[in-house]
Amino acid sequence: MNYAWDWGLVLREPYAGWLIAGVAWTLALSAAGWALALILALPVALLRVLGSPAIRWLAGFYVSVFRNIPLILQMFVWFFVVPELMPRDLGLWVKRDMPQPEFTTAVVALGMYTSGRLAELFRSGIDAVPRGQVSAALACGLTRAQAYQYVILPQAFRIILAPLTSEFLSIVKNSSIALTIGVVELTAESRQIEDMTFHGFEAFGAATLIYVVIAFGLDRMAARLRPSALAVRT
Amino acid sequence: MIVFERVDKCYGDKPVLREVSLTVRQGEVVVICGPSGSGKSTLIKCVNALEPFQSGTIRIGEAVLGRGSLDARALRRRVGMVFQHFELYPHLDVMENLCLAQRTVLGRSRPAAEERASALLDRVGLRDKRSAMPAQLSGGQQQRIAIARALALDPEVMLFDEPTSALDPEMVNEVLDVMTGLAREGMTMMVVTHEMGFARRVADRVVFMEDGAIVEDCATDVFFGDPGTLSQRAQRFLSKVLPH
Ligand SMILES: Nc1ncnc2c1ncn2[C@@H]1O[C@H](COP(=O)(O)OP(=O)(O)OP(=O)(O)O)[C@@H](O)[C@H]1O
Ligand SMILES: [Mg+2]
Repeated sequence: MNYAWDWGLVLREPYAGWLIAGVAWTLALSAAGWALALILALPVALLRVLGSPAIRWLAGFYVSVFRNIPLILQMFVWFFVVPELMPRDLGLWVKRDMPQPEFTTAVVALGMYTSGRLAELFRSGIDAVPRGQVSAALACGLTRAQAYQYVILPQAFRIILAPLTSEFLSIVKNSSIALTIGVVELTAESRQIEDMTFHGFEAFGAATLIYVVIAFGLDRMAARLRPSALAVRT
Repeated sequence: MIVFERVDKCYGDKPVLREVSLTVRQGEVVVICGPSGSGKSTLIKCVNALEPFQSGTIRIGEAVLGRGSLDARALRRRVGMVFQHFELYPHLDVMENLCLAQRTVLGRSRPAAEERASALLDRVGLRDKRSAMPAQLSGGQQQRIAIARALALDPEVMLFDEPTSALDPEMVNEVLDVMTGLAREGMTMMVVTHEMGFARRVADRVVFMEDGAIVEDCATDVFFGDPGTLSQRAQRFLSKVLPH
């Protein structure tokens, strides 16, 4: 193969700067998407467990939709279809005037998709806490809300801690799909470098390495958080 | 203190309690026995409104269950309950287990709650376990902690649902001893148990249930001393659970 390797390329300007910008967007997408997912997932999981039959069905429907439709399709729907369904002025604002339209849309798509997955995870954790624990808490006079706050959810959280970490690693990987609607995150930047320089091996190699480093770092961070997350006081 | 009046309960169309009428006076200890599935657990769970029932009433002191709405939480803080499988909160240490309801339900300050908890740990003989996690305790120790947790709310009535049947035989007595002490101090107790030795020594009355109905309800010395007067089923049951 007649290929002139140039690994130094990814450390030189402007390409190094591009990669750094890409990492920043990737982390921003992941963090914002994660925050949105967490905010939505807990109430959905609780409604699935505690709601009336109709509410439980609705919450289950929410989970099925956002969890099972491929993320790339959800990304397109939020970007191309949803604004057309909105009232004209609002749709125009979303497409043109909203700050960072691509980024914002990607956060919504990524957050909703992940919220479906997290809601399911939270529910499985709640279901894994033995039934008698609710009775014990109620028998002591706690309200149902207090029983969940102090007794059920802390135990459920411990049960799902490991899969929760891997969900967070997934959202970092999944954030790369935002490039399909024009967010220039890490993967998109590496593609751009390959377009400009024809050094695809180095560009993609650098992106791969960065993803691995991020995953490794997050994994270590989660491992460190774990013991302190296990200690609770009332 | 506790009065059941013609209480009926069913799951779907399966009756679980049939016209149960029962009176437990203040300071009385009533042992409830009967074959598996006869409705013993259901009966005592009705007392603290953990199980709803379809008709009849249960009076606990001033509170009346089954007629209109009732503040179930106000009732539950006056009624302590001990479960077969302890149901300590596994993510909290012993002290936190004893303080949680005191703090959230009674609104006690942390020092006040811990003081009460310490006194109860002394009384169940587990003072040195205050910072142990439940998983580090034996079954007998866990059940004694569970009793202390219920007592921490200063209940007027204590309910026990087979408190020793999940225990290894050598741990049964340490739990029964705590319960005996409670009874001697005048606590009103309803105890589902097949420990007939305990019933004979401590109970004022023994109730025998079958198929959701109370078949026998008599003074302890009649139940054990005069079995000829009991129904066939109760006699057969007794001959099975009593050592020969
Ligand atoms: N949640 C439920 N749904 C349907 N049936 C139930 C439920 N809980 C209990 N039952 C039924 O009600 C009947 C009485 O149950 P209960 O637990 O009160 O019996 P028990 O006398 O405590 O038995 P055991 O000695 O096995 O604890 C049983 O036939 C049981 O199958
Ligand atoms: Mg039972």
